[in-house]
Amino acid sequence: MIEFLNSIQNSLIYKNFFLVLSGLDNTILLLLISLPLGFVLALLFALGRVSKIVFLSRIIASYIFIIRGTPLLVQIYLIYFGLGSVKFIRESFLWYALKEPFWCGVIALTINTVAYGAEIFRGGIQSIEKSQVESGLSLGFGKFLLLRKIILPIAIRKVLPSYGNELILMVKATSLVSLTTYMEMTGIARKIMAKTFAPVEAFIAAGILYLFLNFLMVQFVKYLEWKYNPHLRLNN
Amino acid sequence: MFKFDKLVFGDAGWGDEFLIATLMTLLVSILSMGLGLFLAIITVWAKIIQNRITRFIANFYTTVIRGVPELLVIYLIFFGGNAVVMSIAKVFGYNKYIELNALTIATIAIAVISATYSSEVLRASYLAISKGQIEAARALGMNKFSIFFKVISPQVIRHALPGIGNVWQITLKDTSLISVTGLVEIMRQSRISSNVEHSPLTFLITAAILYLCLTTISGRVFRTLEVNYSKGYST
Repeated sequence: MIEFLNSIQNSLIYKNFFLVLSGLDNTILLLLISLPLGFVLALLFALGRVSKIVFLSRIIASYIFIIRGTPLLVQIYLIYFGLGSVKFIRESFLWYALKEPFWCGVIALTINTVAYGAEIFRGGIQSIEKSQVESGLSLGFGKFLLLRKIILPIAIRKVLPSYGNELILMVKATSLVSLTTYMEMTGIARKIMAKTFAPVEAFIAAGILYLFLNFLMVQFVKYLEWKYNPHLRLNN
Repeated sequence: MFKFDKLVFGDAGWGDEFLIATLMTLLVSILSMGLGLFLAIITVWAKIIQNRITRFIANFYTTVIRGVPELLVIYLIFFGGNAVVMSIAKVFGYNKYIELNALTIATIAIAVISATYSSEVLRASYLAISKGQIEAARALGMNKFSIFFKVISPQVIRHALPGIGNVWQITLKDTSLISVTGLVEIMRQSRISSNVEHSPLTFLITAAILYLCLTTISGRVFRTLEVNYSKGYST
């Protein structure tokens, strides 16, 4: 038994696991900024998309179209390599953020998730029954109150499963930021591979951690669904 | 800032290189989508036959691949694939060094990823077929083979087309990750060109526009197919 434990401790996967684990905080840091920011902006964009101001709606529609039609890698590279090559951006205050791979990653991930999220929320907002809005209006709700008390809660609750999907895609998307030299889990796994020439062990260690992260995300979304759908709970 | 003159065809610009790269992206997408659909059919079959072991393997495969970043899967297959193939070849007594070419690895890697998404779509559309239809076909004396090709497949295709269209878009965009293996597709080409010309913005925007064209056009194609396959259905 002890021999078996020792062999595990000496195995490459075990050692790599802790090395990759040291990149977990960088991955989570990316998510901690881009996900909440993406959520708020996505809601605003969705509201703009369904608003009656045609101009605003068109602009947001084309933004969504462009972002959803191009790979995230192109967006990350455009922000990291592309914007950095423009002279007046290098001389402006933006450069403080854009010279760091971390902030480039955050900006790219946020831009990406806002487009997908806005489309998801738009679906939720448009699927609200008219009668619910009308009953709110008949109670004398103003526009803002209607939004806060009726439209947003119902819409967000409805789209939780698909937004959860988007959250998981975002967890996976953080691995692309490693291509801008940012050392999160995939970046570290790649470095280990370059050092030890043992690709399978390095990437399996990273894979286990990503699976764990996604598992947590699924549980979080499940909890939110349970919390905000009290009428659907089987046993109270 | 944006150097249009670098995008002309011929030796002065990168137009023809980008055209070839676009075709390469399309080729990888189509090959891996095809292989992915094939893998997906096997996965769905493993999930719906009443066998615990195959179901467990299929569920394990789809859960793991969908829970792990695409880039990691590509790295794993790119760096680990050769070793696997060589160890298989050793079993058959072939001891020389084998190196898979980039296109093969790219196709396999993207197919493995896209198959997990396709399998969910196909499974859902298979389950949408009412049992009565299969029973009716059996009552007519059709064998398993013709039930699959004449009753199940046409309906699965109709139900699955919108979902498969989505998977196609995802697959198309995932091919950009293949650039890390050195296969010259749109993304790799734009990196090469921008390194030579020191103008990343030009070539990355070109890449974005090319991807946008590909996704838009294929979106149109799928919409036409959907209309075609849902003939006789009021949708």
